[in-house]
Amino acid sequence: MRKIWLIIQREYLTRVKKRSFVVMTFLGPILMASVWIVPLLLASRTEGTKIVEVLDETGLFYEQFKETNEIKFTYITEDLQTAKQNLAKSDDFAILHIPRSEYTTPKAFYLYSYKKPGLSMKMYLQESANKILENKKLEDVYGIDEETLASVKSNISLVVEDIETSKKSYTEISWALGFIGGMLIYFFIFMYGSQVMRGVIEEKTNRIVEVIVSSVKPIQLMLGKIVGIAMVGLTQFLLWILLTLAIVTSFTAIYADQITKYKMGQETVANPGQLFPSDAMGMPDTQKGLESLSADENFSQMLDVFFSINYGVIIWTFLFFFVGGYLLYAALFAAIGSAVDNEADTQQFMLPVTIPLVFAIVVGLSFVLNNPDGSVAYWLSLIPLTSPIIMMIRVPFGVNIYTDLIPSMVLLVLGFLFTTWLAAKVYRTGILMYGKKVSYKELWKWLTYKA
Amino acid sequence: MNLIQAENVTKRFAGHTALDKVSLEVPDQSIFGLLGPNGAGKTTLIRIINMITAPDEGQILFSGRPIHPPDIAQIGYLPEERGLYKKMKVGEQALYLAQLKGLSKHQAQAKLREWFEKFEISSWWNKKVEELSKGMQQKVQFVVTVLHEPKLLIFDEPFSGFDPINVSILKEEILRLKDNGSTIIFSTHNMASVEELCDNIALINKSKKILEGRVMDIRKQHGSNTFEVEISGNSDIDKMLDPSYKILDIQGSSTHTILKIRTMDHHKPNDLLSQLIGKVQVHSYREVLPTMNDIFIDTVKSAQE
Repeated sequence: MRKIWLIIQREYLTRVKKRSFVVMTFLGPILMASVWIVPLLLASRTEGTKIVEVLDETGLFYEQFKETNEIKFTYITEDLQTAKQNLAKSDDFAILHIPRSEYTTPKAFYLYSYKKPGLSMKMYLQESANKILENKKLEDVYGIDEETLASVKSNISLVVEDIETSKKSYTEISWALGFIGGMLIYFFIFMYGSQVMRGVIEEKTNRIVEVIVSSVKPIQLMLGKIVGIAMVGLTQFLLWILLTLAIVTSFTAIYADQITKYKMGQETVANPGQLFPSDAMGMPDTQKGLESLSADENFSQMLDVFFSINYGVIIWTFLFFFVGGYLLYAALFAAIGSAVDNEADTQQFMLPVTIPLVFAIVVGLSFVLNNPDGSVAYWLSLIPLTSPIIMMIRVPFGVNIYTDLIPSMVLLVLGFLFTTWLAAKVYRTGILMYGKKVSYKELWKWLTYKA
Repeated sequence: MNLIQAENVTKRFAGHTALDKVSLEVPDQSIFGLLGPNGAGKTTLIRIINMITAPDEGQILFSGRPIHPPDIAQIGYLPEERGLYKKMKVGEQALYLAQLKGLSKHQAQAKLREWFEKFEISSWWNKKVEELSKGMQQKVQFVVTVLHEPKLLIFDEPFSGFDPINVSILKEEILRLKDNGSTIIFSTHNMASVEELCDNIALINKSKKILEGRVMDIRKQHGSNTFEVEISGNSDIDKMLDPSYKILDIQGSSTHTILKIRTMDHHKPNDLLSQLIGKVQVHSYREVLPTMNDIFIDTVKSAQE
């Protein structure tokens, strides 16, 4: 036991003291925080207001376009030719030309500009024009005026509440948490699993392994390395969380005003082309169903739900499945490392190990995220090779402790005991085998050697 | 008393037998040479003694009883394929390896300081291993191997990578370790150092032991009845000798001649001498024993035939 402890210490300390660890530990949170902060910063910056000259030959659109922070309208009456000439001299951005036509069947409007308009401007103009025209038709053909129209419009938002706990929940938040949890597990297993593999290869190519296995059993060396690196991972993870929180909170505190302003502006303007920060993380559009709630109400309710989520459960299941999944795969990575002489030879053995991981993340993000209670999700969260990722995606949506969590955890423990046992057999032969290209047949034979 | 005794040790790997019923005895406080061509099975045997792998049949006795895991604390092993963690500092690493052998941190530190001073390498303590030359790394590895004062030391090609000065320092240390009570198993292809250091040897070829015994006895047994004689002058000595003596080589100066003469099996050493005495002045007379190198090559070749 003392020897394993010595090995764990060495594996941990040499890695934590490395410059690359320190750099990654501090750079990671900055990168993660910037995913959240940069869009806010960009959005809170005003790009300047663009003025669009409306040359309306139909007369139907006069003073009808709604102005926003980004786009203002002036209505002009010159002919197109002079308007184009004047545009060169003025600071205005573009001319929106609405040609005379039967207004019930207009074909196209034209936008003349020197610089190409952004997608958001194009969408805004297009949608505004359609809306105005629709309203006009409703009024002229069916006699429905704007007031009547406003009074029949309905906007229902779906508030989800759990019967047992009577807590409100936002599927969007569960979705995001599941997404982040699954991705984190996936990256952690890969990152630290391959660190284990590289560590084993290093010991083998350094030829230090034979010196060490004359003092300790190969399995002690393997377990010490795996546990040591797990602790490096947990340390890094903890530091990342703390640093990311620190950065995000200090940023939010400094720019609190701008963020609220931005949020308000966001929801009243409802500019379809603009990025809501969560869009950047792949969240579905949260706005459409929530329009009837006022911006303040909506935002604060979302925050309430965000803070009322049981993070205790999420964090301890995350830690369990992170450690369990890591142990399961790290043993396999260690076995691969022991069987080869250099990293280039790992390819043929990496494939069967990476396939279940990639499969889990792909199915997890595309399918399980949308059907967290389906039978596919259930079974994949039982199989130890996929359960760490799939379970982390499911947990934020709520899982039953007795039928889902406990069986999955027990199987995961059994799973990593099995892979460790298997890996130890390959490992103890592999680390002493030099200069030999190893095949699967060879690996199978190693399993049967006497220790 | 034998410190190590191998009894019918057999080890098979898929498709080939690495050791075939090998038995040998390593007497206490002696230097034992484990010889054999590449791939003969020496490293496998050493790994079995170190309990890195287990034999399929047979057993190893350590001080008379079957070897068991706690015994490895009594073994220091310097493998042929050896290395150190390149990115670690020398001192840190030596401490780590010493602690793995069961020394406390405190003990390890005190002993390392002692050895580092002896080898005049104290200034390396805070250097990274990758900054050292190969020979320097070997020195550190040697120190780490002997540091915990094990009863049994196993050196696999200990001199490779060393310059002659360091080789002689190392030889001295090995002999001193033996005098202090250690038993040493020594595997090498350098036959001159075998003659110089080893008390006993075993020769393994193609997974079988084909020769074992005391170095002196083996050389005597393989003696080819050859004598080297130094005499005065350069008289026609071949005419003086009985034709059953065969002169293999004559080297002469103006005053002395050195002859190599082979006698017949039934001759005793004194027979040749008595033939010479009275006819020439004999300055020296000695039996020429075959070198271990010759014995190695002859034995391996005849085993192959």
